[in-house]
Amino acid sequence: MPELGRACLLLALGVCAYGIGASLYGVRSGRVEFSLSGRRCVYALAGILTVAFAVLELAFLRSDFSFNTVADTSSTTTPTFYKAAAVWASQEGSLLLWAWLLSLWSSLVLFLTRRRLRDVSAYATAILLGFAAFFIGLMIFYATPFATTSPAPADGVGLDPLLRHPSMMIHPPMLYSGYTLCIVPLAFGMGALLARKVDAEWIRATRRFALAAWLFLGIGIMLGARWSYSELGWGGYWGWDAVENASLMPWLTGTAFLHSLMIQEKRGMLKVWNVSLVLATGTLAIMGTFLVRSGVLSSIHAFGGSTLGVPFVVLIGVLIAASIYLVASRRDILASEHRLDSLLSRESAFLANNVVLVGLCFVIFWGTYFPLISEALTGHSASVGPPWFDRYTVPLALILVLLSGIGPVIAWRRATLANARRNFLAPLACALVVLAALLAAGISTGKPLAIAMFCCAAFVLGSVGQEYWRGTRLRRSTSGEAPPLALMALVRRNRRRYGGYVVHIGIAVLFVGVAASSSFQHASELSLSPGQSTKVGAYTVRYVRPTATVTSREDAAHTGATMSLGAVLDVSKAGRHVATLAPSEGFYDSGEPAQGSVGHLIGGQAVSHVSMDAGVTRDVWSAIAPDISTPRLQRVMSIANRTIPLVRPDEGMIALAVLAREYLKAPPPAQFHLIVSPLVAWIWIGGLIVLGGALIAAWPAPSAVRASARARIGRVGDRDRRAAGAEHDLARA
Amino acid sequence: MAALLTLVLLAAVIAVIGAPLLSRRRPLVAEGRDGARRADLQSAREAKYREIRDAELDYRTGKLSREDYEAVDSALRAEALRILDALQAIEGESEQSDYEPPEAEKPAA
Repeated sequence: MPELGRACLLLALGVCAYGIGASLYGVRSGRVEFSLSGRRCVYALAGILTVAFAVLELAFLRSDFSFNTVADTSSTTTPTFYKAAAVWASQEGSLLLWAWLLSLWSSLVLFLTRRRLRDVSAYATAILLGFAAFFIGLMIFYATPFATTSPAPADGVGLDPLLRHPSMMIHPPMLYSGYTLCIVPLAFGMGALLARKVDAEWIRATRRFALAAWLFLGIGIMLGARWSYSELGWGGYWGWDAVENASLMPWLTGTAFLHSLMIQEKRGMLKVWNVSLVLATGTLAIMGTFLVRSGVLSSIHAFGGSTLGVPFVVLIGVLIAASIYLVASRRDILASEHRLDSLLSRESAFLANNVVLVGLCFVIFWGTYFPLISEALTGHSASVGPPWFDRYTVPLALILVLLSGIGPVIAWRRATLANARRNFLAPLACALVVLAALLAAGISTGKPLAIAMFCCAAFVLGSVGQEYWRGTRLRRSTSGEAPPLALMALVRRNRRRYGGYVVHIGIAVLFVGVAASSSFQHASELSLSPGQSTKVGAYTVRYVRPTATVTSREDAAHTGATMSLGAVLDVSKAGRHVATLAPSEGFYDSGEPAQGSVGHLIGGQAVSHVSMDAGVTRDVWSAIAPDISTPRLQRVMSIANRTIPLVRPDEGMIALAVLAREYLKAPPPAQFHLIVSPLVAWIWIGGLIVLGGALIAAWPAPSAVRASARARIGRVGDRDRRAAGAEHDLARA
Repeated sequence: MAALLTLVLLAAVIAVIGAPLLSRRRPLVAEGRDGARRADLQSAREAKYREIRDAELDYRTGKLSREDYEAVDSALRAEALRILDALQAIEGESEQSDYEPPEAEKPAA
């Protein structure tokens, strides 16, 4: 069915071209039917790309190696679970996933806003279709997912072993959903500027999608960190890798936007800032895609170089130029309606938060693109490493966490010093109690930044806890409800406020995990033979015995490894057994006959299968790199390569079994990487809390539902006037 | 088979995107004259209501002094009333323009 896939792409490009023209003609001429036809092009595009994606997915599941992309990233031995995910492991498949998700999200957004923002959404439709056309054009002219080879090879290369991890099933779709959803506010922001309608309506209409983009990006980032921690053999969750950074930057500017849009909603201020943040977030999302797909910067994520650099650079250049032009040319309608009433107000805290977030983004941008910048200026590519990033981002992160505790206890518009003093008392007490406890426990030695982070987090927990306590008490005083019911009612009636507070708690918890695990980690890289032990922090790790399995069916990690060599480790503390770990390394078929009839079966990339004992207080993490280059094992391999023909892989597997038995009989010393990290689990728990808070904040509030119903009716009457008057029931906190 | 499926897809796409152009019914438009302005004011009204509630909550949870709250609240209510007045003005204009004179009042052709 590759013909159907190719036809879908051509049809999709035609639909985009027509839709752009119809939308622009409709909005410029006032012919609403053309705008409507343009919007329907987005729905049609979603249908066409769904068919195209289904064609490719079926090709992967049926191992149809006549598709080049299937042959390059899948194989008959790739487990079915990973065959389904292999679609987005390839350049071509990920482009299709991007365009497909963009069409789905765009359809949803345009459907939900179909009765509002007529002119703005017509421009936004044209812009969204323009982005879709760009990606479809790449698939037609540069990297088609439906290219075929005849005759088809008997087997494929197989999925990159590093990608054979459960989170890889959902990490890219989540990240790409975040990226594509970032394009939605960008399209609506540009649409608002083009239509010269930059007031509260477009902000209100796009807030929920901006929050969804932020949420999906956040989930994608967390899943990526989890993959890095549990799959890559270095034991970290964040390495300031270029592609990691690329996903973090739009998340940071998106966070800034979600805060500053409240100021525009309430005060009509920061219009230039907000629209600039939206445009920057969308542009950074495109740059993130560019980094992954172009191979311009070396990264563990950039799966091979490509020819997509030039089109992406052109797109990014056009985006930046158009953004600057639109903001500059519309500055007359972007003037603020009010000024800050007081420096001691929540608006000021949000402004400070925005400055820090954008500062963080700038630091990460500079560090990420430094190799390109230095090469352009000096001709030599130089890069900066984690210490450089840590030097600037750690202090900024501290300020950010502190601000997330200050914001909730300051009132909008103005706050008096006396009130501020009273409101800061409990959070400050929490921070001081934590500081005293840490000093008493002797934990403070040499780790001032980690201690500062713990205190800031305690400050946040104190400030948000105080908000919940006071709000619940207030609710109880008016309704007489039991505390849990009062708490639930409080959150239900003020989802944005209290959902946001939950997010702040999650961020504080997450940073506690980061600070503790990076500052108080014990790590050891050493060679051990069976029976030998080593100390890692307070734990003793003993290499009990080696393990070996041959054939992908016996692969404990279910990743399709031809052979796995590992170890059983006994972990104890003060003579008491704590855990048994079984790290291993998987060896994969390279598909390269030059490596020998048996050698190629394990000649592919060797991938570490991490084993850990995870808990709420600490993780004991282990990885192994077994040595199969000893003369004895190489002799076995050499004989097998000489005597077994390439066409007898079954005999090759028997030879591997002999090799594994020899390894078990006299195991050479293996290289181990052992880490004991405190509180790592709180990073993932913090992420889940952030997710929960974001869902609470995004969920439509009962009042918002009523408001949207009133907006649909479109009647303004005495009822509303009374609502603003003295009778307005403000006690319904 | 692929050609047939492509043709079916093409027909479906043409039907979906061509329908608004071929339809004799006037497309349903939520935003009539002044619709965008009205929608914007409605958004501003909802935001102002939320701001009034937030100020009340800030006061009752001890973040605003009584004097500050009274000043902020009266300012917010004044802003809300201005928005409502603007909304009512649009509503009035809209009702006038939507006025359909009875047959007897229509001028003779």
